[in-house]
Amino acid sequence: MHPDPRPLVLSLSGITKRFGPLTANDHIDLDIRAGEIVALLGENGAGKTTLMSILFGHYVADEGAIHIADEAGRLAPLPGGSAEAALAAGIGMVHQHFALAENLTGFENIVLGTQSLWSFGLGRREARAKIARLVAESGLAVDLDVPVARLSVGEQQRIEILKALYRDVRVLILDEPTAVLTPQEADGLVATVRKLAAKGLAVIFISHKLHEVLALCERVAVLRGGAKVADRPTAGADRATLAELMVGRAIPQRERPPSTPGAPVLSLKEVSVGNPGQRDRLENASLDVRAGELVGIAGVSGNGQGALAGLVAGLAAARAGEVTLDGQRLTSADPAGRVTAHVGRIPEDRHRDGTIGALSVAENYVLESIGDPENQCGGFIRRGDIRVRAAEMIRAYDVRCPGPDAAIRALSGGNMQKVVLARALEGEPRLVLAHQPTRGLDIGATTDVHRRLIAARARGAAVLLISEDLDELFVLSDRIAVVHAGHLSPAMEAASLDVRTVGLMMAGHTAGEAA
Amino acid sequence: MIRFVPRERTPVWLTVAVSVGAGLVALLLTAIPLALSGAPVFTAFALMARGAAGDGFALAETLTRATPLIFTGLAAAVAFRAKLWNIGAEGQLYAGALATVVLGAGLVEAPSYVLVPLVLLGAAAAGAALLLVPVLFKTRFGADEVVVTLLMNFIVLLFVQMMLEGPVKDEMALGWPQSAPVLDEATLPKLVAGLRLHWGLVLAVVAAVLLHVFISRTVWGFRIRAVGENARAARYAGLPVGKAMALVGILSGGLAGLAGASEVAGLKGYLTADLSPGFGYAGIVVATLANLSPLGVVPSAIFIAGVFVGADSMSRAIGVSNYLADLVVAFSLLSVLVGGLLTRFRIVFVRREPA
Repeated sequence: MHPDPRPLVLSLSGITKRFGPLTANDHIDLDIRAGEIVALLGENGAGKTTLMSILFGHYVADEGAIHIADEAGRLAPLPGGSAEAALAAGIGMVHQHFALAENLTGFENIVLGTQSLWSFGLGRREARAKIARLVAESGLAVDLDVPVARLSVGEQQRIEILKALYRDVRVLILDEPTAVLTPQEADGLVATVRKLAAKGLAVIFISHKLHEVLALCERVAVLRGGAKVADRPTAGADRATLAELMVGRAIPQRERPPSTPGAPVLSLKEVSVGNPGQRDRLENASLDVRAGELVGIAGVSGNGQGALAGLVAGLAAARAGEVTLDGQRLTSADPAGRVTAHVGRIPEDRHRDGTIGALSVAENYVLESIGDPENQCGGFIRRGDIRVRAAEMIRAYDVRCPGPDAAIRALSGGNMQKVVLARALEGEPRLVLAHQPTRGLDIGATTDVHRRLIAARARGAAVLLISEDLDELFVLSDRIAVVHAGHLSPAMEAASLDVRTVGLMMAGHTAGEAA
Repeated sequence: MIRFVPRERTPVWLTVAVSVGAGLVALLLTAIPLALSGAPVFTAFALMARGAAGDGFALAETLTRATPLIFTGLAAAVAFRAKLWNIGAEGQLYAGALATVVLGAGLVEAPSYVLVPLVLLGAAAAGAALLLVPVLFKTRFGADEVVVTLLMNFIVLLFVQMMLEGPVKDEMALGWPQSAPVLDEATLPKLVAGLRLHWGLVLAVVAAVLLHVFISRTVWGFRIRAVGENARAARYAGLPVGKAMALVGILSGGLAGLAGASEVAGLKGYLTADLSPGFGYAGIVVATLANLSPLGVVPSAIFIAGVFVGADSMSRAIGVSNYLADLVVAFSLLSVLVGGLLTRFRIVFVRREPA
């Protein structure tokens, strides 16, 4: 191997951070050169966030050192525990959740905090000129003079990146930057990042979307269990090898056996939900989900998924139109009625809607069915029976927990989701609603959720999957519908669709335009 | 630098230790103003302990004082478990007391095995009805129950005063605003002849045990816990959130109403407008100190009652104001709230490197 001629801009050596018995970062070395795009891969809990927090001065490393190049290109140690020092040294980060003042314009957000208190109003012209130059160089075109609340998520992200560039960053960290974007917006971002890197910016790209990592990055560092397990060029790597490096074992391929759909289980006819003023609403939506069929709903979050999920879960009633479940009309908001009608429901937010943190695993498991004869007798809870069944469930779903009596909030997200899944799929529901069922889960837990949904479909359940993850939708769905600004497209055969078409529809184009 | 690390689970011994520790810390803190006032600290505490539990008579007096506190403590515990912030136990207590004299002072004539249950039921119903109003306001219109229950206390007290001047007034009381006495058949018998201790204490302890079983073992108790811990998830799971809240209102108001019945039918024999020296509010401290556990309410109420009774006795002996008791109670509440941090978080000391 010949040495890379580009100068080092950032060098982490032997970074170690312990939280009690847990070693979150275990002697991690990472070098980044000017103009290099490096992916940082790892499952939840692998130590990515801790490492970036140390780099940013939110945590102090127990061991190890950070060196960063100064103006002249000489490496100098970066003092730990100081976010100011990190910013001053030229480290910038675009978080997954933006840090923008929504009532200020893009321009104001970009310059916010960079001007001295005493020179207010001065230097506006210089700032304008500098931003105009940055926009020209990076291709990040965006309206700078409207409040950012009126911009789309993708546009807000451009403001965030410009904000970092305006502070003359030499190292830019992008945390899951494509999670909120349509595929087309993501392509635009990739082009921008390439341009910036070509001008000498070092980029750390945190993602779990392996195909993006392979397409964009020249090098990939993989963390697992707090340690760096691989640091290799992306050339010659494929998705399977990267996934195995992340998880530490081979990933079973998901298989979706063919199935013949039966009669419609859930049927929406010109249904409207929510106020016309809201973005998350449904207008005249029609959809059939048939027995033995998995229908996926694609869309950028907040475009009507919440309204659809609320309708199916029984939290909201339709304002207009007709909703039928197995031929029975559903007219009112009635979560308990959905339980008795055998609708298995996996809510979007398992902490807020799916579980009660202070209650035990067993109690959460029987939350919906506590009134049923197998769980109570004369108003008294059959605690022994419930504990036995919960223990069986823990085995069957491989829930890693101290036992059925452990408070569910002590469980990891994946294990918590397994309990939610077990509850939703209990009693072989006719219809399964899965709203973002794998959000925040690692590859192992995600695979498990997918397997269970496929199994429900295989035994004849109708499955409605609402997801922002297009990979997930394409792998699992028989048909896909796209929701944008409250309008639901007709469900189309997944086999006849491609990611590009769905992406254009997510941005508001009709199927005809997109095709 | 100190960091708070959330605990995954809180052992039971720690919860108990925090409650006991909070009581001790409160007594220690009280030593400061006691010393400042020039009183001999150790003598004062010794007198206080003797006054609260020094002999059978003192102990009986403490338990008598603990009886209404157990009821109001349970009222607060069950409500707070469901995150229904009932600050109106004082008013519900008076509503129960008023129902007791209305039913027990001559309106109904029956043998005691009929009249006592009737009086207790009437008192519980009055307290429950009074709390159901703010509960319905909360579930229907989203009205804040803290404000409504708190303000209703004043309305109820004024109403009781009006009744004492009118319909339930004792004509034989020479113009004093007090009610006619309850009939002998409506009176709760004394536990020991010659002492003020009465069967209300037994009822209170039984109520604590029943409430514990109800909360931890029954379907409706489960629903109440679920709604209290996460109402959104409970609603998503299809639990009857509104009904559970109404049930909590009935239980909490009913228990506070029983405190009034027990004081009137067990201790005083008639109703006056100064029946309760703030038992309803003290119940909040009792419940908090007990970590909202119904069984814990019993020792917690006895501790608070002992502080009141002991402080009375001490102030008579050495001339220190018995407001000291209020100070101990206030310090207990503050200590247990601080102590609550220990049950929810582990405190970790980390050395911060110089930046």
